[in-house]
Amino acid sequence: MSIEVKDLTYTYSPKTPYAATALKGVSLHIEEGEYVGIIGKTGSGKSTFIQHLNALIRLQSGEIKVYDIDLNAKKPDLKKLRGTVGMVMQYPEYQLFDETVEKDVAYGPRNIGLSEGEIKERVREAIELVGLDFEEIRDRSPFELSGGQKRRVAIAGVIAMRPRVLVLDEPIAGLDPKGKQEILALVKKLKNAFSPTVIVVSHDMDSVAENCDKVALFADGEIARFASPREVFYDDELLARTEMDCPSVVKVVKELDKLGVSLPTRPVTKSELVAALTKGGRDE
Amino acid sequence: MNNIVFGQYYPSGSVVHRLDPRVKLVMVLLYIISVFFVVDYAMYGALFLFVIAVALMSKVPLRVLFRTVRTIVVLVLITAIINLFFTQGDEMLFSWKFIHIYKEGVERAIKLALRLILLMLFPSLLTLTTTPMELTDAIESLLSPLKLIKVPVHAIALIMSIALRMIPILMEETNKIILAQKARGADFDTGGALKKAKAMIPVLVPLFVGAFRRADELALAMDARCYSSVATRTKYKVMHLALRDLVASLFCMAVFALVFLNKYLWPFDEMILSLWR
Repeated sequence: MSIEVKDLTYTYSPKTPYAATALKGVSLHIEEGEYVGIIGKTGSGKSTFIQHLNALIRLQSGEIKVYDIDLNAKKPDLKKLRGTVGMVMQYPEYQLFDETVEKDVAYGPRNIGLSEGEIKERVREAIELVGLDFEEIRDRSPFELSGGQKRRVAIAGVIAMRPRVLVLDEPIAGLDPKGKQEILALVKKLKNAFSPTVIVVSHDMDSVAENCDKVALFADGEIARFASPREVFYDDELLARTEMDCPSVVKVVKELDKLGVSLPTRPVTKSELVAALTKGGRDE
Repeated sequence: MNNIVFGQYYPSGSVVHRLDPRVKLVMVLLYIISVFFVVDYAMYGALFLFVIAVALMSKVPLRVLFRTVRTIVVLVLITAIINLFFTQGDEMLFSWKFIHIYKEGVERAIKLALRLILLMLFPSLLTLTTTPMELTDAIESLLSPLKLIKVPVHAIALIMSIALRMIPILMEETNKIILAQKARGADFDTGGALKKAKAMIPVLVPLFVGAFRRADELALAMDARCYSSVATRTKYKVMHLALRDLVASLFCMAVFALVFLNKYLWPFDEMILSLWR
């Protein structure tokens, strides 16, 4: 088990006129190796939830355990936690600050107290993993790079800490289709390299359906459903209630259904759809 | 993140909140002038009652209002102590080596402390019940006669309102960057002053880059909508004087008039003392 959350409740600015409850009794188990998608409309508590995983938000009530780190402990080992859970924020390119790409990527590893040799090795590895040429880019200023390159450098800055859990908050927001595909492929590559557990917050249902093993659907600070994409995206009542859209593959299946074409399986990914169609699902 | 109006605005929708901001601003200015003319303890007491009465009407908890005094506690204490020791008078109360405390010194220390606290309270009530935007509009409206002597009042007001508008945005951005760097293991809380200052660099650099980017985007957006500072423009929220503004002004002015009557005609303290005797 890599992440265990029990009965998490959080209120912003408690005891003021601005008090707003963001999470109401959220419980979740995430196993090592799972690729979890977090969906839900704006303000449903997704960001508040993932910020808890890295102790960026102080626990108000509830329990969180990440591997053997207990966040309910009096003084949880934050350095260890932040090395374990790598958090890629929304628009991570806005967090770049140092003179050179190499120094910027080294910021995280240096903060968790690694040796210089180890830092150098990890920085090279991280920059190469995100698909950039280390020798070419190491001495350039992060501010002179293109948007896509900046985002890659920022992601490299997080994965250089070799987190066992990688959390990404809308990693493909604001990218062109090619950029989106590249980042999604990168996340897959990272999952295989050293972050077996991946948690992605996304508004892009297609990418969630395509990549995730499980989907946590947030609505009004609660988890409305935590199940496989198939169970979530074929539950019309649930999607309507939480004002969510279904992925295009599911839309195609529904249109086919209207035309009287029923498929033998319930596909959620493109390859599943193709398989279902080619294996002759034409029952008249 | 929660969307907080910058400053200490305390929303309660009371009648004080709904007063015309221009009226509130002028009344606060008159109040500040009046406070300097208060001489009697009785008048200090009356002004305290006045402030508390307005606070009750505004539905801002007194606890919140008096919290603003905390910021000037040190100033009040230092002023009081200096006046206590360095005021000379006729009636010596206490003397030890070079320290001489006179009756006048005690009186001055108490009155100055009261004056400072009063000066803090009422203007705080203004910022507690008025949003910064309303204040900017009020200032623009009150300064508009200066247009006659070619002061760019509108541009000044625009700069003020953009600055005010940007503060919460930049604060939110700062929070986001702090979280992002914390997630990368940044430590802002331990170490000496130099280490802490250095730890802020990864926050300040992206913040400045972001601020310039935003300023650039805003200028472009304004240009795209043909913004011109010389054009005569209308307001989204037009300020109107209502009956409540008249009532509030008369009430405040009556109190301020009392201050001047007290100073020049009716010495309350002597009157009370003579009654007591």
